[in-house]
Formats: sequence, C-alpha cells, structure tokens
Amino acid sequence: MKRRKFDLAATPGKAAVGVDDRFQVATPLRKLLNKVFPDHWSFLLGEIALFSFVVLLLTGVFLTLFYEPAMTEVVYDGSYAPLQGTPMSAAYASSLDLSFDVRGGLVMRQMHHWAALLFMAAIVVHMLRVFFTGAFRKPRETNWIIGSLLFWVGFLAGFTGYGLPDDGLSGTGLRIASAIMLSIPVIGSWVTSSIFGGEFPGVMIISRMFIAHVLLIPGLLVALISVHLGLVFKQKHTQWPGPGRTNGNVVGERMFPRYALKQGGFFMVVFGVIALMGGLFQINPIWLFGPYEAWVVSAASQPDWYVMFLDGSTRLMPAWEINIPLGDGYVIPPLFWPTVVLPGILVGLSTMYPFLEARHLKDRKSHNLLQRPRDVPARTAVGAMAVAFYLVLTLSGANDVIADKFQISLNAMTWAGRIGLLLVPPIAYYVTYRLCLGLQQHDREVLAHGVETGIIRRLPDGRFVEVHQPLSASNGHADGHGELEYVGWVVPKKMNRLGALGPAIRGFFYPIEKPVEAPVSPGHPPVEARPEREEIGSGESRR
Amino acid sequence: MTSDNDRRRGLLARLRERPAARSRGRRRLGAAVRLIAALMLAGGAYTVFAPGAQAQDNPQLTGAAAEGKALFDVSCVTCHGRNAQGVEGRGPSLIGVGAASVEFQVSSGRMPLARQEAQAHRKPPVFTDEQTRQLAQYIQELGGGPVVPGGDDLHEDGNVAAGGELFRINCSQCHAFGGGGGALSSGKFAPSLHPATDRQIYAAMLSGPQNMPVFGDNQLRPEQKADIIAYIQETLKHNQDQGGFNLGRYGPSTEGLAIFLIGIVALVFASLWIAGKS
Repeated sequence: MKRRKFDLAATPGKAAVGVDDRFQVATPLRKLLNKVFPDHWSFLLGEIALFSFVVLLLTGVFLTLFYEPAMTEVVYDGSYAPLQGTPMSAAYASSLDLSFDVRGGLVMRQMHHWAALLFMAAIVVHMLRVFFTGAFRKPRETNWIIGSLLFWVGFLAGFTGYGLPDDGLSGTGLRIASAIMLSIPVIGSWVTSSIFGGEFPGVMIISRMFIAHVLLIPGLLVALISVHLGLVFKQKHTQWPGPGRTNGNVVGERMFPRYALKQGGFFMVVFGVIALMGGLFQINPIWLFGPYEAWVVSAASQPDWYVMFLDGSTRLMPAWEINIPLGDGYVIPPLFWPTVVLPGILVGLSTMYPFLEARHLKDRKSHNLLQRPRDVPARTAVGAMAVAFYLVLTLSGANDVIADKFQISLNAMTWAGRIGLLLVPPIAYYVTYRLCLGLQQHDREVLAHGVETGIIRRLPDGRFVEVHQPLSASNGHADGHGELEYVGWVVPKKMNRLGALGPAIRGFFYPIEKPVEAPVSPGHPPVEARPEREEIGSGESRR
Repeated sequence: MTSDNDRRRGLLARLRERPAARSRGRRRLGAAVRLIAALMLAGGAYTVFAPGAQAQDNPQLTGAAAEGKALFDVSCVTCHGRNAQGVEGRGPSLIGVGAASVEFQVSSGRMPLARQEAQAHRKPPVFTDEQTRQLAQYIQELGGGPVVPGGDDLHEDGNVAAGGELFRINCSQCHAFGGGGGALSSGKFAPSLHPATDRQIYAAMLSGPQNMPVFGDNQLRPEQKADIIAYIQETLKHNQDQGGFNLGRYGPSTEGLAIFLIGIVALVFASLWIAGKS
C-alpha cells in the first residue's frame, strides 16, 4: 500500500478552501481584509478605549469568580491582621480575600480599576479628537451620539463598580448617590426606595448593583461599542486632507495584514501599560477605608475622576433651597441643580452638538475630510470653553485635597471655583479663538511670502532683511513669486521641510512614508522636486 | 422691722441734736480722730486679709517648674502673658490646659509660634525634651489639667484591629483614611499623623489642640487610646503598601491624575510610535 503524501505547506490553503466550500465566506472576507484605514496617530485614541474595555472584561470575569455580592454580616478572619475580628458585609470580606488571599487577586483588582479609569480617560481624549477635528459632522452624527452615550454608560459602569467592594469609600459614594436621587422633585423618594429596596442602605443594593455591573451595563456597552465600530466600517473612517485625498475616497493601509498587525501590537501595548500600572501603583486601598458604616466618612473621600466634576459642582453650589408652599410644604434641595440638572444639560448639549453646529452654519453637506482645529476657530474655542468648564469642576471636586496639600484655605478654593467657573470658560474661548486666528495668519503669511531661511542679508543702504524662500514659482507678481491659496492644511515652515537640508521625513512623531510612493500623512507637506530657486548669496557679488 | 426703723430714726435724731451742743474746735478734733481710726481699721483689715507681695510673685513651685517658668518668661510670655494668663488677641490663657497640651505643642515644634495664622504648623522643636518637661511642669503646677502617662511606648498593649475601627470612627473624618491629614475650613487643617510620636498622639487626644476635639478618658478610655495609637503606628506608618506605590494616599484624586499623566501619556506616545511605523 502506497503511503499517502502529506503536504504541510498546502494544508492552510486546503482548509480555507474547505471552509469556503461550506460557508462561502471568501468574497465578504476579502472585502473586509482589503478595507482601507487612514493612518494617523490620533485615530488610535479610540482604540485605547476599546482595548482597555477588553482588559476590563477579562479582569472582570476573574474578579466575579471570587467576589460575593451579598450584604450578610460576617466576621473577617482573613490574613489582613488589622481587620481581623471586625464585623463586615460578605461583599467587603470577599473583596479583602480577593486582595490578600487569592493568588494574583490584588493585581487583577488593580488592573480592573486602572483599566476602568483608562477606559473613561481614553473615551474623553478620543471624543476631544473627534470634536476638534470636526469628525462628528454629517454623516457621522449618530456615531457621535453613540460615543457620548458610551461615556455616560461607562460612567454608570464605573459608579456601580465603585460601589461593589462595600468599603468606606464605596458606601459614602452610594450614600451621595441616594441623596442625589432623593433630591429629584416628586419622584425622588420613590426612585430611591425602589432602587435600594427601602431605606438606604437596605440589604439588596449590592446584589442589584452587581447584576447591573456585570451583566446589564457591560451588555449595553458591548452593544453600543459594536454599533459604534460597525458604523465606522459602514461610513468609513474620516481622513486628513492632503494630496490624493478627497471627500470621496479613503487613502491608507489595508486591514490585512498591516493594519491588523499594528492594532494587535497596540492592544498588547495597552494591555502592558494597564498591567504595569496595576502592578506598580496602588489603587483604592479598600483595607484602609474599612467596612462601610454610616458613621464613617473619611476625609478625601472622592469619586473616581470622571465623576469628580459632579462632586465639584456640588461643592461650588450655594445653599439655595427652594421652598414651595404647597400642601405641607415642598422643598427642592440645592443638591438637585448641580447633580441632576447640570448633567442633564451636559448630556443634552454634548449629544446634540453636531445638529446645533450644522443648523448654525446651515451646513447640509457630508464631510469625510477632517478640519484642523485652527481652521474652525469658533468650534475650537467652544471646545476649549467646555474643557475649561469641566476642568474647573473636576479640580473643585478635589478642592479639599488641593487646599490641604498646597496650604490654601478651603474657603478660598471654593470661591476660586465659583468665580473660575464663570470666568475661565469665556477667557478660554477668547484666548483659543485668538490662537487659532494667529496660527492661520502665520500659515497665510508663509504661503504669501515663503519660508524663513535664517539668512540675513544686508542691503546696500545698511538695512537688514531676512531672505524668504517662496513656495511657488514666479508669476510676475511684484515680489517675484505667486501667492498660494489657503486650503487649510499643513504649510511647511522650515527649510528642511522643503527638502533643502536633506531628508526630514524620518522620525518618531511622524510616519516614515516615502512621499513619492505613498500619499502624504498629516504633518507632511507634499514634497515635490526641488523648485528652481535663485541662489542665495551675500547679495554683494551680484550687484 | 418696725423696731429697727424706730431705732434708726432715734439715732438720726440724736446726731442732728448733738452738734449744736458742742464747740467748733471739739467737733473738728473729734472728726479727725474718727477719720484716723477708720483709716487704721481699713488698712489693718487689708494687711490682714490681702496676700503678701512676696506670695503673689512666688507660688510654691518645684525645681523643674521654676526652671520652666524661667523658660516661659523668656519664650512664651509675649503671647501667653504673665503667669500664663493670656493676652487678649495674641494668645490664650494656659491655666488648666495641663502638661499634655504643653507637651504636644512644644515637642512638635508648633510652639513657639512662627507667626499668627489660621493654625500652627509642625516644625523642628525649639526646646529639648528636658526643657519641654520643665515647661509642662510649670503649666501643670499653675492650674492643673490632663497629663500624658509616662513612657515613650504607649501602644504596647494596643489592639490594632480595635484601634482601626476607633480610628475610622473618630479620626478619619479629618486625618483621612491613611492618616495623611485633610483640609478644614478657612485655612485650618488636620495635620498628617506620620511624624507624630506615641506621646504626641496621646497628648493631642487628651488636650484637643487647635481644631481637634478633646477625647478625654470618658470618650476614649486609656486602653482605647492605646489601640488607636497602635493602629496609627503599626498599620498606617509601618505598612508596606500592598499593591505598589500608594500615590500619596490622597484617594481617587491622585489616581485620576496618574491615569492621565502616566496611562494616557504613555499610550499617546505608543500611538505616535505605532502610527509612525508604516
């Protein structure tokens, strides 16, 4: 009997043929693998959020294996001596066991928490990129709305997770959340008692938050993220303007192999950074906060950074209580305005911004090319204003820590926050607007007069002038060169960008694309053949 | 009642009648004699009842207290006044604050005060331990007050777990969960507990310095105080931080700072690097 030959090299191909025979996936897969993505570092910010979400899912599953979502009282007998013999909830005891008695539990818990902070931070940074470059414009308004919702759902995910360990910090946060719910007029007390199953804290809030935190909210996040990515596929990614790039095409790299490989590598980097932070930096030492007791509130009890702006708005809010003399009297507590009304307005404004801007500019067109922030000064300035507003509130959320560590009066911090909240955003608007105009002006100046060469020429009458290298050929203009139109894209401002001083394209911050072969990435001017230039000399010899 | 009134009326009547019967010279002489007698009576009574000038300046001080008084009269008298009675608008009276208060304020360098401000800061102490004891003895002998028990190690019998619970209930509101301190209103603050010695913590609980409430032996029994000191000294100070660098134990605010300064910065650089590799 002849032995059958086994050709190892042909196996993958055969297997692929076998799969395609059965499922007919070759055509759609080819389309997918050949999909082109534009390449720019700022397009990777959203991926940080995506990848940290993956890390959140992985570490979160590990934590659920050991966490016990119950408020039954137990007496701690684990290996952390300073809490031995202390009565506490089963949830807190299992969180302590996770930290001290489960192998690798503490690093997993810390990675989970750092990944959560990173997830929210990356969402915000990604959102800023999308905002300042105008990537939210038609046809991508839906994705902007989904992105904003992802922030708020992530906010909920973070808050419910913050509440699970049932240490002093999470209980204090939960107490504040219940107070916020209670402050809602008319429905407040019903909302609170239905969520807590009666009076705070009740006996079921931990198990309810647990199911929200591990099933409902992650499910919602996965759904929103899938639609978010699906829409990016369907609507195609935006790109920076540049040679060969139009509103109707996408210039970049194919999904496979390079883009996929780079993304895989980037995932490893994100995972690595989270793992390093989880191993090197302590986060939320629950064992120091102790079990939650209603009478224990530590100083410096703050929420995680993405909730801190609400803490700040509460601290800045004057104690304006509204008494409505209806029936037995009705009170709207001051807490209602900074913690319910303000986030409500922020959600509305942030999700509706694309429509507001389009309406204001009467812009009905589809835009696939990005804009540089300086070219839309009003939007950039509005964004700066929003960032300033958020920053003042966030800093005010930590104003007791700042006051203590920098030895400033806490009262002064509160008033600085109140005044700053009103003054800093308009100042940020004005300064940003002027900066944008100034940057534009400089670009226009280079287009009109050329690049500064650094060569100073002394004229016969004794004056000194700097020699400028014009960017366009002469067309009989008074200066001896033509004027270039402003198109809202990078203008070369150094001689080596013109190829005058050897290759300037290599480098850490910019793609090492070869200009002739591949379209130019942002940050790069189109490099053409060296233009004919007059010789630059001392000026004396030719006269 | 009525008989008194009658007698007084009779006396007044006699006084009104008599002078007319005497000569002017005798009246003057009699007045002078009565005046001198009254003055001598008043002066004599004063000399008998008033404390002597010597006794006022030198209460019965022990040797250490006398040394303390000498130090006090050089370094503290400006604000706390003669005999530690306080100076309005400058320094409070120290009568009755006890040796515990002096020990806390002087051994932690808070007194003598560098300047008048919201609250005194810890600084290197000006006085030696010996001098501090003398000052404390002086104030103690002036008006009594709480005293820290002897010995440098006041937590050897302390139960760390019980102390932790007491610390979280009584101390963490101001000194924060890690004992790093926290802000109070108008520039006042709860200081960090990390440089504090056993005796200073004990003295602070007894005397309630500055904005701290007094935790007398009725509120926290001496063994509970030992528990708290044990928790501070053995858990908060000598704890190897599980899970890495503790970011100053300032709670979530420094964690938020870290995720941007370390996490986001590192990953933005990574994305620049990856996007650059085409």
